[in-house]
Amino acid sequence: MARILLFNIIRFLVLIAMQVFLFKNIGYYNLASPFPYILFIFLLPTGISNFLLFTIAFLTGLTVDVFYDTLGVNAAACVTLAAYRVFFMKITIENDMDTFITPILGEMNFKWFLSYTFFGTLIHHFVLVLLETFSFKQFQYTLATIGLSCIFTMAILLIFSFLFYKRKSRI
Amino acid sequence: MRNLWLFLRRYNAFFWFILFFGFSMFLVVTNNSFQRASALNSSNSVIGHIYEKVNSWKSYLSLTETNDQLVKENASLRTQLENYLTTDTVAMAKSPVIDSSEFGRYEFIIASVTNNSIHQKSNYLTLNKGSLAGIEKGMGVLAPNGVVGIVLNVTPHFSTVQSLLHPDTKISVTLANTDVFGSLVWGSNVDYRFAMVKEIPNHVKVKTAEKVYTSGYSGHFPKGILVGAVVETGISSGDSFLDLRILLSTNFSNLHHVYVVKDLFSKELKQLEETNQDNG
Repeated sequence: MARILLFNIIRFLVLIAMQVFLFKNIGYYNLASPFPYILFIFLLPTGISNFLLFTIAFLTGLTVDVFYDTLGVNAAACVTLAAYRVFFMKITIENDMDTFITPILGEMNFKWFLSYTFFGTLIHHFVLVLLETFSFKQFQYTLATIGLSCIFTMAILLIFSFLFYKRKSRI
Repeated sequence: MRNLWLFLRRYNAFFWFILFFGFSMFLVVTNNSFQRASALNSSNSVIGHIYEKVNSWKSYLSLTETNDQLVKENASLRTQLENYLTTDTVAMAKSPVIDSSEFGRYEFIIASVTNNSIHQKSNYLTLNKGSLAGIEKGMGVLAPNGVVGIVLNVTPHFSTVQSLLHPDTKISVTLANTDVFGSLVWGSNVDYRFAMVKEIPNHVKVKTAEKVYTSGYSGHFPKGILVGAVVETGISSGDSFLDLRILLSTNFSNLHHVYVVKDLFSKELKQLEETNQDNG
């Protein structure tokens, strides 16, 4: 339990630091910008209460917002991601809601992890980009931004996941 | 009552979502309508200090380029000075003539950039000087080789700048060969090297590679500061104006030292212009 808490705190600090100091400066013009900090929300342990999940997601988004000067935008996107996470967990994982497992690649199978992160990233970026532009003008441009950013973020997420890949210790 | 409680518990995720999402939206909207005057932005002292720390390490990486830029600026200033020293006034005509009545009108405050973004839709910079150094809201910011933006928020030790790469930034500019003026906007929202000049009248003949200077009408910037060069002409915007695409002389991806322009007459100018509005 303490181990999980410690790992999550470290993951939070490292991902936020990388996001605001490194990934903020990387982008393909303005069409694609990566937001791999959402990996922190993806990897929160299963079985935490909904209220805690939403609070953590909100605070994570807010921290990124403060560095990006876009107060509320990332927070809203992260809260949406948390709602998606609750929904996805409910329909894919069966009843062991009290055990604390980190849904990382070694624990879950690849197909599950890929669909989990892909749809999550898509939803997060959809809310994020739409709130940032705050209009439906040039909607195809907005859609292109969402799609390309999503691919960018997914690539980085998968690289991270494979870097820290550990083979399943139990069956 | 019990059923209501059960209903709330069963769908608690949904209600938490509504609550938190609503609060985020509230933050977004208030933040937009108050022009990001909220305390939670990057001119906040904690965040400002973190950025400054990181920047103090990052600045070593580009020392060569920064030095190079400063040397170049020195050289160009020396050339300009030479123009004033020559007795032959014909030689002066090469550079834009500066009205001597405006001497001493502007002061320049040196600041260094601690945070800069070029990949967002609305870009901002953070400077390491604030109201204690005399920076006020609305002052123009110059780089050694061009314009950067306009000061947006000020705290005692830091200030944020709304970059030229922002959809709301508009700067009054003029062309080198003709005396018309237009307004400089980013326009493209994609590439940090290019910007658009809008509202140039249709009858004006513009050549590519023609230089674009600030007009000095807005009071944020002195007259005759180089902004960029025209790369594409004749972009029709559908009405009786001409749009130009220009290559900015400022290199936004590598900004380190900037000058904040303090207009000593700005208060007087503002007062005068306010009386105009009252009468008209």
